[in-house]
Amino acid sequence: MAVTQLVGAKIHRREDPRLITGHGHYIDDFTRQGTAYAAFVRSPVAHALVKSIDITEATKAPGVVAVYTARDFKGQLAGTHPAAPAFVAEKKYVPERFPIAETEVTYQGEIVAAVLAETKGQAADAANMIQVEYDELPAVMDLEKALAKGSPKAHESGPDNVCWDFTYTPLDLTEAAFKEADVVVKQRILQNRLAPVPMEPRGVLAEYEGFDKKLTMWLSSQNPHFIRLFVSGALGLKESQVRVISPDVGGGFGSKISPYPEDYLVPALSRMTARPVKWIETRTESIQNATHGRGQFYDCEVAAKKDGTLLAMRVVQYVDVGAYHGTFGAFQPVACLMAGGGYKWKGISARTVGVLTNRVPTDPYRGAGRPEATHLVERMVDLVALELKMDPVDIRKKNFIQPEDFPFTQNFGLVVDSGDYEKSLDKALELAGYAELRKRQADLRKQGRYFGIGLSTWIELCGFGPSAATAPATGGIALVESAQVRVTPTGAVIVYTGTHSHGQGHETTFSQIVADQLGVPLDSVELRHGDTAEGTSFGYGTYGSRSLAVGGVAISKAVGKVIDKGKKLAAHIFEAAEEDVVFEHGNYHVKGSPDKSKAFGEVAFASYGMGLPEGMEQGLEAVAYFDPPNLVWPFGAHVAVVEIDAETGTAKLEKYIAVDDCGNIINPMIVDGQIHGGVVQAIAQALYEEVVYDESSGQLKTGTMIDYLIPSMGEIPPLILDKTITPSPTNDLGVKGIGEAGTIAASIAVINAVCDALSPLGIKHVDMPATPDKLWHMMKEARK
Amino acid sequence: MKHKVAVTVNGRKHEHEVEPRLLLVHYLRDVVGLTGTHIGCDTSQCGACTIHVDGKAVKSCTMFAVQADGRSLTTIEGMANGDELHPIQQAFWDEHGLQCGYCTPGFIMAAAYLLEQNPNPTEDEIRRGLEGNLCRCTGYVNIVKAVQSAAKTMSGAPARKTQVVAGGN
Repeated sequence: MAVTQLVGAKIHRREDPRLITGHGHYIDDFTRQGTAYAAFVRSPVAHALVKSIDITEATKAPGVVAVYTARDFKGQLAGTHPAAPAFVAEKKYVPERFPIAETEVTYQGEIVAAVLAETKGQAADAANMIQVEYDELPAVMDLEKALAKGSPKAHESGPDNVCWDFTYTPLDLTEAAFKEADVVVKQRILQNRLAPVPMEPRGVLAEYEGFDKKLTMWLSSQNPHFIRLFVSGALGLKESQVRVISPDVGGGFGSKISPYPEDYLVPALSRMTARPVKWIETRTESIQNATHGRGQFYDCEVAAKKDGTLLAMRVVQYVDVGAYHGTFGAFQPVACLMAGGGYKWKGISARTVGVLTNRVPTDPYRGAGRPEATHLVERMVDLVALELKMDPVDIRKKNFIQPEDFPFTQNFGLVVDSGDYEKSLDKALELAGYAELRKRQADLRKQGRYFGIGLSTWIELCGFGPSAATAPATGGIALVESAQVRVTPTGAVIVYTGTHSHGQGHETTFSQIVADQLGVPLDSVELRHGDTAEGTSFGYGTYGSRSLAVGGVAISKAVGKVIDKGKKLAAHIFEAAEEDVVFEHGNYHVKGSPDKSKAFGEVAFASYGMGLPEGMEQGLEAVAYFDPPNLVWPFGAHVAVVEIDAETGTAKLEKYIAVDDCGNIINPMIVDGQIHGGVVQAIAQALYEEVVYDESSGQLKTGTMIDYLIPSMGEIPPLILDKTITPSPTNDLGVKGIGEAGTIAASIAVINAVCDALSPLGIKHVDMPATPDKLWHMMKEARK
Repeated sequence: MKHKVAVTVNGRKHEHEVEPRLLLVHYLRDVVGLTGTHIGCDTSQCGACTIHVDGKAVKSCTMFAVQADGRSLTTIEGMANGDELHPIQQAFWDEHGLQCGYCTPGFIMAAAYLLEQNPNPTEDEIRRGLEGNLCRCTGYVNIVKAVQSAAKTMSGAPARKTQVVAGGN
């Protein structure tokens, strides 16, 4: 890279002026002339056979354009929802899914009919007039019972409720280690089901132009190209006939990756009625239908020596798949592969079981599999420390993978690229005033107060992700990333990336990289994304903390190609050998004669002129794809300080410290923002949030923001942040991902603090969410 | 049956015939065409639709359009003075008080009313004062900072303005 002026600097976001003035463009801000509005009739029950649907009254309602049921979409929509074969070689059963149910509904919220009307209100009114008769069936809601012989089935036609059952590494692998153990600690650890709840719900606007046979759809998506791929296939169109535009996206957190039933139905409705069709999700529809996260439990066992040396771990993961296999739902078993955390183990045996239930499908949610892994390993390590009466700091330091061990091949063959775990832990302890906190804890305990300190020394794999590892998991399409850089005759630079921001500030970060590399002002660079009609032929989207570590590197590669072409042209202009021309500070010049110099813009202009070197074509633009050689491995150490009210059971977070390492940093302000948001989302999982269904009827009990507790400002303590910087050797920018770090790290720091606070009562383990009600009952029970 | 509604929005007069069930937020977005006011829930929890009605912060999903008849409304689009940002908008930009930006208009409107009521709030007063607005991206850290910084600017301290830093030569 040429000069570094912008990379590493706190550059204020270029996207903000429109967003702070009310001029952003979110999905509901788009409407086409002649738009009809869709409303969907959804199953009010978790599991039933659809006996009949009476649309007579609805068809006659004011403003109604059309009413359709499943049969009407036959011939309009082919196939089923794609379910990625991801990461689990042995699939037992993947139920077929059509975007609209015909004979059987398998979760509350599944679509059974669609209404189109002239206004939103009329569509909603008419949807209420549709009479559906259901024959209710038993709902499968409990993972363990679902696996028992003779259990009711989530799908009547399925063989049983096992979606997958896969052993990565068998039990006998760890047998010897367990035999030599001085202590064995066992624990079942729950992962509460969560609703992602981006502040902007989903929505789709589709316009099919029959004479051109072209479909344009606007939707709130993290990966518009994959939506184009899936929707074109389902509608029997070529990808070239479909344009997908994902405008400003009001948050996603994983819930806007996969295609949804409405993403197929709305364009089909447009084609069926020759009208632009719009549908915007209500918040209740969102909590009911947008894919959920987590929803798992783990049976864990750890073997250790008396001195705290960790020997081996056994883990069985049970995943609540939901009623259908989420498109990327089978990514969740990555938790098994990451179960060892940042420690050395002789062996880890791991098995994952995916279980079908009558709930909405689960899919990746911020962190996806890696928060679960951190939560379980950091919980187990604390339990071992408690058993051995060791300080949680000492057991961690004793077992960390050491800086000189990198690149480190862990138990599942993944190669951890870099790290310095002790350094980040020391920094976090210093910021927390750990020794002081322990003294204070001893004093408070004497007063009968419940004060706890929790650690999380987390590691992450992200930046998906080497083609060799990801192509088999995504149906053949490797998760690489594309970029295109176009330089206009006047030297303006337009950059297209296949990633798509939903709040991460790519317009700023990526422009910083390009401006530095080209030595041009930031405002000469325009970053564009989210429209499949522009830029490269395919983009891979934003999830898994991959945008910078894969997409940013692709951009940098494309810029490099442009610089190289410019160099050839400059050499020709200077009548010098190409190898004598250098590009520095935005100028080409001949080595040793700085007076022979052309600015990048001048060379750009010349590239559109005549008199180019023989064989060179006009123009200055380049495409690059980046296939990373490895994943990237961020890490860090968090400390949570909690006091639990002895009377009410309320856990109050007094202090939260996060020291994170994401390699080189392009924009520290944005990195801090990502950590803030991630940490708070994980605090919310630890203390507040849980999707609750009635266990017998399968009714969703947390279907609004009244019942599903997103924390507000009042609940959240100030966060203290710091960082260490260990550049990644995996890519030229030395960067790692940071989008998910906070959620990966924080839930267990809080829960370990809660457990530490309650340990004088003999309470060893608390599951999430640690609500006042739960803690009050546990404390009451323990005091008996 | 439709009802007449006459309101002033950001200083401009509007008159429409609307259904009595039309919510004020839908009126602003779909009838007046000001889409900066957002909808994030159906139950008045999230505050994304916060506007000012006769100078008071109101979640515009809690009122029918007809109830606003004769009132003066300010939305996020009415906060800047031409190209000059309102100090609170400026502070959200300076302090990275937004990520996806969806909740931001509501926060800015709620913060403006808070600072009018209490020009020098403590951190605790800010946190309690803006509890009615939800954000899923920022963890609230930089929203609190933005409101603190705006309070300073508005009480007369010299304004700090974010400008895009030019790089290269």
